[in-house]
Amino acid sequence: MQECGLVATDIACRRGDRILFRGLSLSVGAGEVVHLAGPNGIGKSSLIRILAGLLRPFSGSVERHGALALSDERLALDGHEPLEKALAFWQRIDHSPQSHADFGLADLLDVPVRYLSTGQRKRAALARVSASGAPIWLLDEPLNGLDTHWSCIAQAAIKAHCQAGGAVVIASHQPLSLAAVKIVELLDFQP
Amino acid sequence: MIAKLWPIFVRDLVLLTRGAQGRGGAVLPLLFFLAVAMLFPFAVGPDARLLARTGAGVIWVAALLAAILPLDRLVEPDVEAGMFDQWALRGLAEEALLMIRIVAHWLSFGVPLMLAAPISAGLLSLDAQQLWTVEVGLLLGTPGLAAIGVTIAALTAGLRSGSALGGLLAIPLAVPLLIFGAGSLQPGGEGGLLLLGACSLVALAVAPFAGGAAIRAGRE
Repeated sequence: MQECGLVATDIACRRGDRILFRGLSLSVGAGEVVHLAGPNGIGKSSLIRILAGLLRPFSGSVERHGALALSDERLALDGHEPLEKALAFWQRIDHSPQSHADFGLADLLDVPVRYLSTGQRKRAALARVSASGAPIWLLDEPLNGLDTHWSCIAQAAIKAHCQAGGAVVIASHQPLSLAAVKIVELLDFQP
Repeated sequence: MIAKLWPIFVRDLVLLTRGAQGRGGAVLPLLFFLAVAMLFPFAVGPDARLLARTGAGVIWVAALLAAILPLDRLVEPDVEAGMFDQWALRGLAEEALLMIRIVAHWLSFGVPLMLAAPISAGLLSLDAQQLWTVEVGLLLGTPGLAAIGVTIAALTAGLRSGSALGGLLAIPLAVPLLIFGAGSLQPGGEGGLLLLGACSLVALAVAPFAGGAAIRAGRE
């Protein structure tokens, strides 16, 4: 996997006329996991979108080295298509091989995406991220809706991605059971 | 870049033609177009001379109204589903995505209208010469209608009651196409076809950039 990393410097985020956080700097390199922690509404999702380049920060800058993969509350899989075809659409764009980590989706491949449960949708999103071949993963609440079993497997997949030289940023209000995680507490950056 | 855009174009074309996820597909605007041509003689009476004089204008009004029907499903579902976010992460410009969507929309909407125009012409008792001018006019004008439609769809994506607003926004923008399209059928109005083509080109040139800016602004 090529050298990858993400460096955010002195980020401030404004939503409406409210500053959510300011002066936030973080960096994540190959093999590292950063956990963005904090209560609801603190700006975790906004920060993920800023890191992804989808939202302009109010101030500060983000440097990206390497391709990004994002999983947020938007599934980005066609609801009427069977899961296999919906995932294959992204594989055609990414020119990636069939996903190796299947997140227990083998039995669901012929089910239309709109019939999937919350946890199954989350696993489908993780499969899409892991199949993209991008070294940097941005995961917004990746464990929401997953039961204990799949939560463990998802975290194992994240760990495996890091060991293979990837970088991961996770926004989650839940504590993670991953070892060696850099925690960024967003409450510390409130104005 | 092209290799990444091709699967997206195929998906756009399939979704817009066949319809799914609340998208009506190509059939609904087509039926609407034919229904207007069918209703008009009922309303004004079967006088062939009157129909032949006014019918060509009716075809153009019907084409414009049919263009409005699919507006709210052209871009909105993909913004809602996060597809545009994912494409942006892969370095695909919104302008390129909207350009291919305009082409796909034209194929699924403009071409069926051109195929249905002879039926409408029969219902409105247009002669062969008029039908030919209508077909050339639709060939030149529907790309412009498709471009305006996709721009408006991108602008209103994510707005509540975007569909009603979209129709209201699209009508004034499409008026030049209507004037030159219907005008080309008047005696000595052949020059209208050139102006129609010019309007379409302007719409096609502006649409991807206006729509792309709208989608990026919608993320804020």
